[in-house]
Amino acid sequence: MSDTRNPPHVDMLRSPLGRARGLGSAHAGAAHWWGLRLTSLALVPLTVWFVWNVIRLSGASREDVAIWLGSPMVLALMLALIITTFHHMASGLQIVIEDYVHHENTKLAGVLLIKALCVIMALACIVSVLRVGL
Amino acid sequence: MVARNTDGKLIRRPLSPHLQVYRWPLSMALSISHRVTGVGLSIGTLLLTWWLVAAATSDEAFNHIQWFLGSIIGLILLFFWSVALIFHFCTGIRHLVWDMVVGFEKPEYTASGWATIIATVILTVVVWVVGLATW
Repeated sequence: MSDTRNPPHVDMLRSPLGRARGLGSAHAGAAHWWGLRLTSLALVPLTVWFVWNVIRLSGASREDVAIWLGSPMVLALMLALIITTFHHMASGLQIVIEDYVHHENTKLAGVLLIKALCVIMALACIVSVLRVGL
Repeated sequence: MVARNTDGKLIRRPLSPHLQVYRWPLSMALSISHRVTGVGLSIGTLLLTWWLVAAATSDEAFNHIQWFLGSIIGLILLFFWSVALIFHFCTGIRHLVWDMVVGFEKPEYTASGWATIIATVILTVVVWVVGLATW
């Protein structure tokens, strides 16, 4: 016989369906949060490597850059840096817009504009390093 | 803020105190600076994009940006870019440590806050001394 006056204690405020979907009030889950953390973790070594190379390339000629990017490892790391940087930048700027822009349409337009700019700039960087390096 | 009381009469309710009311504790200043430098670095990626596109375009375009980066304005921009990058790098690591639920006690986050500031100053000086010495 179940005790109707003292039902089993529920620790979770979420419904079973909500738990199964894994989505919170934002209806988007933790993917955005996790993506920002993963990219920041990847950017720790990549940024150190990049700053070191910027110092080495100060005052470099175009031929120096071509020789530098001609190394497959450098090219691979530059591609990793570009993709991670612009992914991190789009995620970060999205949070800033979502926190400070309260009008729904303006917020959506801002986020879409930021994402479009990040994709275009990332593609321009990727095409450029490939053109110089390959 | 305009709202209604229980009788349905329009009244002006007090707003909660906002940024300009508070004394700025270190953790608040660092949190806001982390965002501001993040936005600043986003603008700085225009410089990176310009540099890479120029390298892929022509000698003339590349010489142009190299000249700009070596000019007074270019060096000032690079200096602020390096400070913002190193600061955001240090506070970003602080955030990653927090994500592991470590360092949330007041003495701990005050100490790690000062550590990021000191690390930013030291690393910026090191980067510029090495950079200018090998230029």
